[in-house]
Amino acid sequence: MVLVFAEAIKGQFKKAAFEAVTYGAQTAQLLGSQCVALTLGDVQNAGQLGVYGANKVLNINGAAFENFDSQVFASAIAQATEKLGATVVVLSHTSTGKSLLGRLAARLNAGSVAGAKSLPDVSGGGFKVTKGVYSGKAIATYEISSPIKLISLAGNEIPLKATGNEVAVETLEVSAPASKVKVLSVKRQEGIVPLPEATTVVSAGRGMKGPENWGIVEDLAKVMGATTACSRPVADADWRPHHEHVGQTGVAIRPNLYIAIGISGAIQHLAGVNQSKVIVVINKDPEAPFFKAADYGVVGDLFEVVPKLTAAMEKFKAA
Amino acid sequence: MKLLVCISKTPDTTSKISFTPDGSKFNDAGIAFIMNPYDEWYALVRACELVEKNVGTVTLINVGGADNDQIIRKGLAIGATDAVRVDAEPKSALFIAKQIAEHAKSQNYDLIFCGKESIDYNGSEVGAMVAEFLDLPFVSYASKLEVNGGTSTVERDIEGGVETLEVSGPFVVSAAKGLAEQRIPNMMGIMKAKSKPFTVVAPVAFPDLAVPVSYTLPKEKTGVKLVSPDNMEELVRLLHEEAKVI
Ligand SMILES: Cc1cc2nc3c(=O)[nH]c(=O)nc-3n(C[C@H](O)[C@H](O)[C@H](O)COP(=O)(O)OP(=O)(O)OC[C@H]3O[C@@H](n4cnc5c(N)ncnc54)[C@H](O)[C@@H]3O)c2cc1C
Repeated sequence: MVLVFAEAIKGQFKKAAFEAVTYGAQTAQLLGSQCVALTLGDVQNAGQLGVYGANKVLNINGAAFENFDSQVFASAIAQATEKLGATVVVLSHTSTGKSLLGRLAARLNAGSVAGAKSLPDVSGGGFKVTKGVYSGKAIATYEISSPIKLISLAGNEIPLKATGNEVAVETLEVSAPASKVKVLSVKRQEGIVPLPEATTVVSAGRGMKGPENWGIVEDLAKVMGATTACSRPVADADWRPHHEHVGQTGVAIRPNLYIAIGISGAIQHLAGVNQSKVIVVINKDPEAPFFKAADYGVVGDLFEVVPKLTAAMEKFKAA
Repeated sequence: MKLLVCISKTPDTTSKISFTPDGSKFNDAGIAFIMNPYDEWYALVRACELVEKNVGTVTLINVGGADNDQIIRKGLAIGATDAVRVDAEPKSALFIAKQIAEHAKSQNYDLIFCGKESIDYNGSEVGAMVAEFLDLPFVSYASKLEVNGGTSTVERDIEGGVETLEVSGPFVVSAAKGLAEQRIPNMMGIMKAKSKPFTVVAPVAFPDLAVPVSYTLPKEKTGVKLVSPDNMEELVRLLHEEAKVI
């Protein structure tokens, strides 16, 4: 049986949870087995996970799950795994899932693949999964040999499939350990899709000359419903907040569309964005290395090109 | 204060990655190796700052062969007190974490640091595994960490925001950007590092349960399609009709 931990933020599922369930259901099909989705704490409308292929949805409720503590959550998921006899456990490769995967591996004595990008190859009774390595510069196939297999699924890799129907939610009881972690506050920017989840990203670099010029980048992002990002020197100079820094030493992203404005395309920058499906580069230097990694390029002055692109996007959106 | 910092060795960030012709192994010819940036810049430096402000020791631990000694010496030059190398080939995350936990279980560390991920396998797993083996809390992606007696305050990066936590007692923390500023070791540090205690220990037996068996390089881009800067309508059309991303 395949167990999927469907994570929720403030009781609501994000796309990552639906992707994990879709992945779990397809894996269960490959194995000729069932997919069970597990939710922890107060979750609204957990039955909708059935739509993405969960045969069954379980909920473990309790005050212990109000805030995230990897020790408490991992204990609950491990107990569920053992009670149900699950042989594959799927998580999302998010800040939450990443904190849980290693704990579950140690606890269940199970091999794990962090950031999987494909369904398992189960031919010949094996279990092989691919994942990005060397910061997106290569892809590795991992073989898991333990009886229990653990996977955290990279975002934006598995197309959502709404194949089933809502199912009833059943409750499960486990014993939760006492938490040694107290959450004092959680601050999230409201109204913005966080970078790791964004499907469209508009990013700008040192070619912008200074923070006062970012209006044109924000205008383009707004028209496209995109999230903004930046190169490292831009964040280091405090032109933009640190959470916008993408690259090898910043956030690694994999949107459908990445638009790079006034960014040279240094190898460390590419390492964090090269898994984007489509890359557009706007740069006045035709020799900028980024063009080699791009699908579409515009050689020109960004201060002229970007407002024109925004206008063209507006026209397209209005049509 | 007694601190442990887990460090790993990774290819330099500028490395061009390639594999043996059969795709089974990383090709390390011509590759320069460094200490994983998250371990060095953030985890190690923050640990050093904490013992400089209070009193205490920073122990480095690495699982690897003798060719890792160069990065361990660098860590000592940056400010660690002593170092342990577990002499084994680090093939899987759980194996590595087991070795670290074996060392740490009798040492009563106040804090165990690691980087948020290594830039080669990008797993982000070892810290959580060590925490589970030792039954300790784990706080990932810390961008700020203050310790007051037995209680620590940590800010951690979450998707699109920041979470502030209070942790009582020892725990494992993974370091992200912001936790500290990179330090370049000075001449005195490099000299002193030569005489700092550095022990090599044998590993405990533990299986590798998940290992990479083959590698491929991503599909090369087929070549950029250039669009005139005066025709952004064309770019929009291509993104819509050809690339189908808007
Ligand atoms: C260990 C290490 C880790 C690193 N990690 C990262 C990382 O995570 N992320 C990251 O981004 N970098 C990282 N870097 C830095 C990286 O090497 C580059 O220095 C950085 O990405 C360059 O940023 P940039 O492209 O914004 O600036 P630049 O390289 O200065 O490029 C600016 C570009 O803007 C163009 N331009 C200028 N004016 C205009 C105009 N008017 N119109 C159009 N184009 C214009 C220029 O032609 C140029 O190509 C790292 C470096 C190291 C050593």
